[in-house]
Amino acid sequence: MAKHHIEAVVNGDAVEFLCETEDTLLDVLRDTLTLTGSKEGCASGDCGACSVTLDGRLVCSCLVLGCEVGGRRIETIEGMAKGETLHPLQQRFLEHAALQCGICTPGFLVASKALLERTPDPSEHEIRFWLAGNLCRCTGYDKIVSAVKDAAATLRKG
Amino acid sequence: MRYESPESVEKAVALLGAATGEARVLAGGTDLLVQMRADIVDPELIVDIKKIAETRAVTEEKGGWRIGAAVTGAELKEHARLKKAWPGVVEAANLIGSTQIQGRATLGGNLCNGSPAADSVPALIAAAAVATLAGPQGRRDLPVEDVMLGPRKLALKKGEIVVSFLLPPRPPRAADAYLRFIPRTEMDIAVVGAGVSLTLDGAGTISAARVSLGAVAARVLLVSEAAQAIIGSRLDAAAQQRLEAAARAACRPIDDKRGTIEFRTDVAAVLARRTALIALDRARTS
Repeated sequence: MAKHHIEAVVNGDAVEFLCETEDTLLDVLRDTLTLTGSKEGCASGDCGACSVTLDGRLVCSCLVLGCEVGGRRIETIEGMAKGETLHPLQQRFLEHAALQCGICTPGFLVASKALLERTPDPSEHEIRFWLAGNLCRCTGYDKIVSAVKDAAATLRKG
Repeated sequence: MRYESPESVEKAVALLGAATGEARVLAGGTDLLVQMRADIVDPELIVDIKKIAETRAVTEEKGGWRIGAAVTGAELKEHARLKKAWPGVVEAANLIGSTQIQGRATLGGNLCNGSPAADSVPALIAAAAVATLAGPQGRRDLPVEDVMLGPRKLALKKGEIVVSFLLPPRPPRAADAYLRFIPRTEMDIAVVGAGVSLTLDGAGTISAARVSLGAVAARVLLVSEAAQAIIGSRLDAAAQQRLEAAARAACRPIDDKRGTIEFRTDVAAVLARRTALIALDRARTS
């Protein structure tokens, strides 16, 4: 069967690509569009390393088919910094040492950004529940939670 | 593998009805894509139903609510009026997986995945939800408790899909709740789930109730004996004991890595009681 021809918007840029039915959005991002910031951890929706937003909704890109995203708006980790200027979440993750090996970090950042867009002043409880689908085997999570709280405070000040 | 995303129910059921090989409906994909990846299923045809407007809508109907089969848990949670009318259904849908999963997972998918441990199904059954099905022969309504027959086994005929669910009107002093037991706080599959919906009369006595238990049998159970045990009571200690006994008696669980028969039976009784108490509290203040 012929490949699907898909047009979508990724990080504000119009893109078009060809994909097979079984290609996931993560496959398309990494292998076709060479946006390798989104990581493949479990490929079954358990680890959150492939988190992106689809029309503003946080999802695992490993559980979305590439052929589903025609006409839709996708935001990935590559769209987070503005040129050389890091997003406050990225800055705080560095300052709080909220990462070690870094594989989970893009997913945590994308998921945290989606949280702060809805909940500008989340409690620790809200942060931990929102991020329950993002697994990190290095940090023990405390530093990530601190970094998100701190970034939230920065963003609230504008 | 062929992918189709029709914009009408008629087109979707025609595609599924004409399929010669294995065909699968795609809603949120949180089970289907995992099963495809694990080579548990290898469909020749995938029919994505999300472009069909009525599968994606939440609307008021006959004083109740109609929820499209492909509405996500996250969308249900953001629907303030639906959440007020049916808090148990909405909280059950939002116990499925993580934030990311809730952004995609749907009530239709949770039911049609055919798992006895599906979180939203006991809540829908307690709510007396009716599934509207469409197939090559037309439409029919089926109570949710009659849709799933056993693990991965549904009452749907070839070409049939679940289009939407209808939740009945809510009288005053009525509420629902859902609880599940998992050994951690998040991101796990129910060892036992319990859904309760009840209505109080003006004096605070339970005038109507439905109790449903998940993960304690080959299909999600509607336990009418448990409902009878509390109807006519104010859920006093004696009624709670009767409820626990009825819940326990209904269990036909399996032993597996998530829980033994004995443990599941005990937990089902405890959860039925706790869930009923939450629903009661909500009904008093609704």
